Amino acid sequence: MTKYVGKRIVLALVTLFIVCGITFFAMNAIPGGPFDGEKAISPEVKAEMEKRFNLDKPVSQQFIIYMKNILHGDFGVSAKTGRDIGKTISTSFKVSAKLGAMAIITAVVFGVILGSSAALTRNHLPDRLIIFLSTLISALPSFVLASLLLLTFCIKLKWIPVWNPKNPNYILPVISLAAYPMAYITRLTKTSMLDAMGQDYVRTAKAKGVASWKVLFKHALRNALIPVVTYVGPMIASILTGSLVIEKIFTIGGLGSKFVDSITNRDYPLIMGVTIFLAVLMVTMNLITDIVYKIIDPRINLD
Amino acid sequence: MDNTNNNIDQMPKKSPFSMQIDLQKFEKATDEEKHQQEVMSNSSSFFKDGMKRLKKNPLAMGSIIVLILIVLMIIITPHVIPYQYSQIITVDGVRDKSASNMAPLKHSDLEKEYIKKGGKVFPHLMGTDELGRDYFVRVVYGTRISLTVGIIASILVLLIGVLYGSISGYFGGRVDMVMMRIVDVIYSVPDLLMIILLSVVLNEILDVNSFPFMQKLGTNMISLFIVFGLLYWVGMARLVRGQILTVKENEYVLAAQVSGAKSGRIIRKHILPNCISVIIISAALQIPSAIFTESFLSFIGLGVKSPMPSLGSLANEARAGLTTYSYKLIFPAIMIALITLAFNLLGDGLRDAFDPKLRR
Repeated sequence: MTKYVGKRIVLALVTLFIVCGITFFAMNAIPGGPFDGEKAISPEVKAEMEKRFNLDKPVSQQFIIYMKNILHGDFGVSAKTGRDIGKTISTSFKVSAKLGAMAIITAVVFGVILGSSAALTRNHLPDRLIIFLSTLISALPSFVLASLLLLTFCIKLKWIPVWNPKNPNYILPVISLAAYPMAYITRLTKTSMLDAMGQDYVRTAKAKGVASWKVLFKHALRNALIPVVTYVGPMIASILTGSLVIEKIFTIGGLGSKFVDSITNRDYPLIMGVTIFLAVLMVTMNLITDIVYKIIDPRINLD
Repeated sequence: MDNTNNNIDQMPKKSPFSMQIDLQKFEKATDEEKHQQEVMSNSSSFFKDGMKRLKKNPLAMGSIIVLILIVLMIIITPHVIPYQYSQIITVDGVRDKSASNMAPLKHSDLEKEYIKKGGKVFPHLMGTDELGRDYFVRVVYGTRISLTVGIIASILVLLIGVLYGSISGYFGGRVDMVMMRIVDVIYSVPDLLMIILLSVVLNEILDVNSFPFMQKLGTNMISLFIVFGLLYWVGMARLVRGQILTVKENEYVLAAQVSGAKSGRIIRKHILPNCISVIIISAALQIPSAIFTESFLSFIGLGVKSPMPSLGSLANEARAGLTTYSYKLIFPAIMIALITLAFNLLGDGLRDAFDPKLRR
């Protein structure tokens, strides 16, 4: 166990180092410096500025300085607004984190409920309906789904007000973010639930006279949820990247829409900062998922 | 009882049991009925078997039909419809300024006049966009781009993944370990973030003119393919390696080795046919995921170069006039959903048909 955890941590650290490396050197490969703006500046001023931002040093040294700064929580300043990127990330991530957490809870709760009801009513109407809907939902990219929801419920039916930072209504953004993972979890729960119900221990429990709800929740569902745990890591990644477009559509000022704006504005330091921040988040979540998975199911041999 | 006694002379008296059976009541079997007893079926190959099962799956067959229809539409449309994807509608040689943002099947004022004069105007099946370009043609070209991107990306993934995975699985040992550690690292890199990052960068440093065939698609698509080639093959490589490792351990491989088959023959006849179904299914399922990625990139402004449309960029552009021109979102959305659904259902059907082990 300790060996496995150690191995996973080393792997995560190597991955993060590679991601940071790719991000830094890729951004450095872009021609043109930050001071090649519209206004021509004298060479002396430029040299002074470059010295101040360590741009006169070789690239490898710049990378070390950048990494050191990031480890201290200093992501530098935005090339467009001059604001501190660390602060921008922390303020805008609060909104995204709230949205993401709600989406994760929605996806897991509804996915598990729908998936197990599909498994229990196998080949009957509820099962067919649930599987049909989840297949349909997973065929639509999240931004198309979000636009369609916005069109139907905000514009045509006027049931739900358009996003307003002072009085936010999370229903539509959460649905659009949660839809794809929910459909996935539904199908995952259905197959693993069917699998668990066919196991010997469920039959034994039934044979010795355990109440059927107890068999369902204690023996079948608990074991059926193990594969769902493995999906939590990828789900967080998909919700984080999904929030890039969802926030843009609903004009929510979270980290996602900041990131998309930074791409449109070619604000390289901000792109770098957000990429590294999101990558750290995703890799950490994957690491935690893998370790938790190993803890709750010791039968699994991941090597 | 009377009956039996009456006919007792006509009955063969071989065994005492025949006393109780009235043979008169039996009929001779006709040739046709005799034929039914021949239960031997024709010999069947692995492929034929799978196809037979596939044909029984209505969802998979429906998906194949839908995909064929879409491909036919892509091929036929440019020959039938007299508009280009980047062409602003002109009536009688005059640019039609009133023809922007028309609803499906409507004609602009200029076109109506022209029709009154006796001219022929091809109907705009899906209306026009904000620049006055025929929307149907744009959706068809968008479908073409999205499908092409999906197929090229999945072929790339297939080639690299199969090559890498089979080398790793075949050699095993230390080679396998090192190769799989590399895969582990790439696998845990957040792929979509890297795609965004590399698209931003490659956009600046790549020169489209060095890839003449890609000129119309723009640098973003080149970077998309590069990134797919760099990052997305790892899933395929893991799959292929795992398959080869398990298949290698099977008794029939051992039996073949014992009976003196050469390793080339074992790979061709025993290992590959048992892996290929899984590989092809996962390649088929890669296509919608590539289309999703492409539409995602188009959405955040890193997609195909305008005026070339893709389904993602069309859906994105449609958001601007969502309130008034909602059909502009709905058409590309339907196309994306159709393609993705068809490939997903086909992939599931193929898996059920060719890989009964995986069936759930």
